Amino acid sequence: MSTTLANQQRSKIISLLSPAYLWLTVAIFLPLSAMLYFSFLSDVPFGQTEWHLTTENYQAFFQTTTYAKLLWKSIKLGLIVTGFAVLVGFPCAYVLAKVIQGRAREALFLLVILPFWSNSLVRIFSWAIVLRGNGVLEIGLNAILPFEVDVNLMFSTPAIVIGLVHSYLPYVILTSYLALQAIDDNLIDAARSMGAGKHTILWRIILPLSLPGLLAGAVLIFVPVVGSFMEPRILGGRVGTYFGTVIEDQFVAVFNWPLGAALSFILLAVVLVILALSSPILRRAQT
Amino acid sequence: MAEVSVHNVTKRFGKFTALSDVSMEFPDGGFFALLGPSGSCKTTLLRTIAGFLFTDGGTIRIGQQVVDDIPVEKREIGLMFQNYALFPNMTVADNVGFGLRVRKVGASEERRRIGEALDLVQLGHLGDRKPHQLSGGQRQRVALARAIVTRPRVLLLDEPLSALDKSLRVDMQIELKRIQREIGITTIFVTHDQEEALTLSDKIGILREGRMIQSGPPRDVYNNPVDVFTAEFLGDANIIAGRGQGQRLERPQAGGILVPPGSDTASALAVRPESISISTFEPIQDGISKVNATLVQRMFAGAMSTCIAEGDGNTYKVIGRDLDIPEVALGQKVWLSWKAVHTIVIPGQ
Repeated sequence: MSTTLANQQRSKIISLLSPAYLWLTVAIFLPLSAMLYFSFLSDVPFGQTEWHLTTENYQAFFQTTTYAKLLWKSIKLGLIVTGFAVLVGFPCAYVLAKVIQGRAREALFLLVILPFWSNSLVRIFSWAIVLRGNGVLEIGLNAILPFEVDVNLMFSTPAIVIGLVHSYLPYVILTSYLALQAIDDNLIDAARSMGAGKHTILWRIILPLSLPGLLAGAVLIFVPVVGSFMEPRILGGRVGTYFGTVIEDQFVAVFNWPLGAALSFILLAVVLVILALSSPILRRAQT
Repeated sequence: MAEVSVHNVTKRFGKFTALSDVSMEFPDGGFFALLGPSGSCKTTLLRTIAGFLFTDGGTIRIGQQVVDDIPVEKREIGLMFQNYALFPNMTVADNVGFGLRVRKVGASEERRRIGEALDLVQLGHLGDRKPHQLSGGQRQRVALARAIVTRPRVLLLDEPLSALDKSLRVDMQIELKRIQREIGITTIFVTHDQEEALTLSDKIGILREGRMIQSGPPRDVYNNPVDVFTAEFLGDANIIAGRGQGQRLERPQAGGILVPPGSDTASALAVRPESISISTFEPIQDGISKVNATLVQRMFAGAMSTCIAEGDGNTYKVIGRDLDIPEVALGQKVWLSWKAVHTIVIPGQ
């Protein structure tokens, strides 16, 4: 009898898990495996082309410093965007979690989620309209300010950072919000009763206790930003050459899929190494 | 250490008046209970004394200092929460030392006082543990050590023992009282557990809907409740309807309810369940109140048994030792009797 129960339990678990894993296998694992295979080919295996197995594509990364420099540029972009998103998002999450209550909180939350609901291309082109010379931002500022200003952020690094922070800010707000909301208000009251001021409470109670959520949000932002290509290309223009855009070029412009695939896996490996190196910090934050 | 004085304090939240004209004195070194049903705003009063809330009228003094404009951070109070509120990211020692570090007392002084405080609550050996590795009773002790380590002027406890199970709660009551005596700190605690309030405190304040109904030593409040609410809330009381309702009390009242000498007017009469005796025959002694009643229920609960009897238009609850209650079938007539001094005269308005 207990074995039938166990069997039922097992079949229930399998029936609940299998759709998700089947989906992941078909949608991620298989294409990824195909890409891994491509990355070891000399040419695209379509049509009449000659191809053979090789590691040339990986060697290409090390033959010039261009790729490494671009990768470093992308990592710096990831750090800058993550940093700004944390600086802007964490205070916002704090106010949402600890200060505002009831319906106002729901409404403000909706505004935070809004970027998720808009098409990313539309979002980026909207920024282009705002940031370009004689754009919405410049006209608006000149309407308010008594002196003329010249704002043309278009095709610059700040434009890329602004666009990326906007796209990924909700992640850090959501994860920080969840972590902050889990902090018992009595802890803050207890610290106050012991004479702690706002800074002490922030640094010794709130930040340590919400750090896991904050770091989870940071990781969620950092990884896609390092590989991003759309924002750099549209908002960055000539300065917007990053590791992600180079990979994209291999696929859509140069049609060198094997090199693009190899560069993608190098990026994946570097990101995994970064996460592995920082995992002791992440783990310590969780205890 | 310092006395605390709450004088005509009023606190409003929007249109809702949480505290209206509350006054109570808490002399230096005493142990005080604020008691009331849920919704009596007793915690609001405690948080106002602590300084989380500012009054909308009236004055709070700690020692000689008027603290109305002083926020909680500067009031030099110790506070203990119902859920302990230990910092989960810190060790026991760091929890206890938090207030000392804020005050920058120096590393060696800090270590010494953390040790002292932990020894006082008998947890000197657990300084390196994290709160989640402790039992409920141990967390309680850490929270207490943390509250007193800064040598606050007053210790405020918000339902400190309600999260513990009964036997542990009684142990902690004794412990709390011992520590309070040892350091002689003025202590105010909020509770809805009347037994806890009666056992521990030198003085209790009964709150109801944001008003201080009565305050005084536990015995006074228990034996001389000012109104029906207090009589029923503190301990158990049979309110005797239709007697003394604004009338001049006659004494002795033959065959009825006798009242103690010196009682002239009353808004109601009451008698405690444990004051009543049950007998099968009519008691003939002088100076006792007696009621002929029908036994409707009898419940055995070990040390004490509870009977319900109906007579004279009232329902009486009687508590006594099982062997003192005669063997009577339910529905039979019995006599309830009690001494005149046991009749509680609730004064008229």
